[in-house]
Amino acid sequence: MAGKTLYDKLWEQHVVKERDDGTALIYIDRQLLHEVTSPQAFEGLRLAGRQPWRLSANLATPDHNVSTDAGERAGGINGIQDPVSRIQVKTLDDNCHDFGITQFDMKDKRQGIVHVVGPEQGATLPGMTIVCGDSHTATHGALAALAHGIGTSEVEHVLATQCLIQRKMKNLLIKVEGELGAAITGKDVVLHVTGVIGTAGGTGYAMEFGGSAIRSMSMEGRMSMCNMAIEAGARVGMVAFDEITADYVKGRPFAPTEAQWEAAVAAWQDLVSDDDAVFDKVVDIKAEDIKPQVTWGTSPEMVTTIDGTVPTLDDARDDVERSAFKRAYEYMGLEAGQKITDIQLDRVFIGSCTNSRIEDLRQAADVAKGRKVAGSIKQAMVVPGSGLVKEQAEAEGLDKIFLEAGFEWREPGCSMCLAMNSDKLGAGEHCASTSNRNFEGRQGYGGRTHLVSPAMAAAAAIAGHFVDVREF
Amino acid sequence: MRAFTVHTGVVAPMDRPNIDTDMIIPKQFLKSIKRSGFGPNLFDELRYLDEGQPDADNSGRPLNPDFVLNQPRYAGASVLLARENFGCGSSREHAPWALEDYGFRAVIAPSFADIFFNNCFKNGLLPIILPENVVDGLFKAVAGTEGYQLTIDLDKQLVMTPDDQDIPFEVDAFRKHCLLNGLDDIGLTLQDADDIHAYEEQRKQNAPWLFNAGA
Repeated sequence: MAGKTLYDKLWEQHVVKERDDGTALIYIDRQLLHEVTSPQAFEGLRLAGRQPWRLSANLATPDHNVSTDAGERAGGINGIQDPVSRIQVKTLDDNCHDFGITQFDMKDKRQGIVHVVGPEQGATLPGMTIVCGDSHTATHGALAALAHGIGTSEVEHVLATQCLIQRKMKNLLIKVEGELGAAITGKDVVLHVTGVIGTAGGTGYAMEFGGSAIRSMSMEGRMSMCNMAIEAGARVGMVAFDEITADYVKGRPFAPTEAQWEAAVAAWQDLVSDDDAVFDKVVDIKAEDIKPQVTWGTSPEMVTTIDGTVPTLDDARDDVERSAFKRAYEYMGLEAGQKITDIQLDRVFIGSCTNSRIEDLRQAADVAKGRKVAGSIKQAMVVPGSGLVKEQAEAEGLDKIFLEAGFEWREPGCSMCLAMNSDKLGAGEHCASTSNRNFEGRQGYGGRTHLVSPAMAAAAAIAGHFVDVREF
Repeated sequence: MRAFTVHTGVVAPMDRPNIDTDMIIPKQFLKSIKRSGFGPNLFDELRYLDEGQPDADNSGRPLNPDFVLNQPRYAGASVLLARENFGCGSSREHAPWALEDYGFRAVIAPSFADIFFNNCFKNGLLPIILPENVVDGLFKAVAGTEGYQLTIDLDKQLVMTPDDQDIPFEVDAFRKHCLLNGLDDIGLTLQDADDIHAYEEQRKQNAPWLFNAGA
């Protein structure tokens, strides 16, 4: 019998009941909640007179709407100036109080982006099933967990039953062998993968990242990579358990301790794909081929390298893609054949659930140190992923490096990744962003997003346009 | 949930791939704490020439005359025809809520993003996957015939064209059952409460750390 993949094992460990139609009832160990996709779920519980199945499985924090401005933040919920945002954050607060769910509220230093907070607290552990009403829940798969985004109806379903009705996905292995070059991060790997397989390449699959380049990658890098599995169509991104995982989890507040820790680590050793496991699809990538990535268009698959150019219509594979390219040229204000390094920037955003962890900030600070943001840049902001990341960065003096270079140092939240708070792009503005989506309007109405790694974003802020951080 | 049995309606074509959920319903409208009222802001950035605001009156806003849903021939459309990877990106269920609130009952495309596909079934909206060449043919038929309508029979799993072609489609048996009957699947899952309790007891024995109360 063939061996099992990591996904096969995680799936089998969580089957409550198989159904005749090929679906299964799957147990969910952890649900993370935030203010945007939970209010209607709580309302549904109330209307049906239901209670949460297991309170301790849930953890909530507001992140999408919160202001990253220290002044506005000081007022807590009542300080949120946008009344619609304020009601939404207040609703999460009320729901957590009413139902008894643990919340890291706006004034708690543990507050932050759910996908930063979960791993940071040890609230997301290897071997868990983890869901959240947010597509970037794939992030947590970096800890050898089965994690994916769900809609609000399923948030309610998990609150009420601790389960989901699921059909097993297919297995996809992204195998990155070799050694990544200097300054090449998990972000570059996942953007490269998206360029290779396309935004629908992973649809219907659970995507495991493996190979020697992944084995030597840090947890932060793995999280950035799994975070964006969804941009390549896969709801689930995963990396096998190893010593790097164990070292990351150990000692975190929600992590097991003492004898329970020993037992857990022993069980987690099996959270790897067996050598003879069979994947439905394998994509081989040479680590040495990956250069710093920059997106030029309005879909994450519209990506090229820092030494590349905006593709021409001849590069499109069919008429449908040709028309998508034409729309993207127009929306982005770019011309076919234009050099990526010639794209002039207006704003720079370093943050989001993809790239706001301590390692991301260190990489950006390394580039910014002793330099100045270009005069042509209207705003360059650094938004740590949580209050604890912010505290750690300040202890290391990173805030001073950023401030001296002319970056803004902000309070934690989702911020300009999706511009639900007041951090946003103006129409026509180009932004070097460490976030995950370059969709039309994503960072602000008419805004033009280019996705890059933190070091590339910092270098772009200094130069005023994209530059190769390896030569910077 | 509203049941879906047989539906006949005007087809509107959205001729571009990778329509993401940010495009279907932009983020500012996600601040609502309700499930309804998203219809007027469906495809907001494509549909209007100005920037939409939550809780604002949309009736006086300038419409983009080039946008498909603003063209008189597609007024009252309830079947959306789209290209590959429809609904990619954010997991926001506000996307199917907006499509449903606008009046759409079905979306036909060669492929859908997983989370969006799943969310549709929870909201009485039927996503139908048809082969690319069939979808291509439907785009041509819609362009060629004003008021082009399709009939969709979920029970028989057929899309029926005005020239009497019956195009079969696949649908998951459980989702079909729930959609045909407008069932709340939380109630169905709770019928298995004993199995869930039994699973938890077994897990508490072999992986007790999963049940720690937390920090």
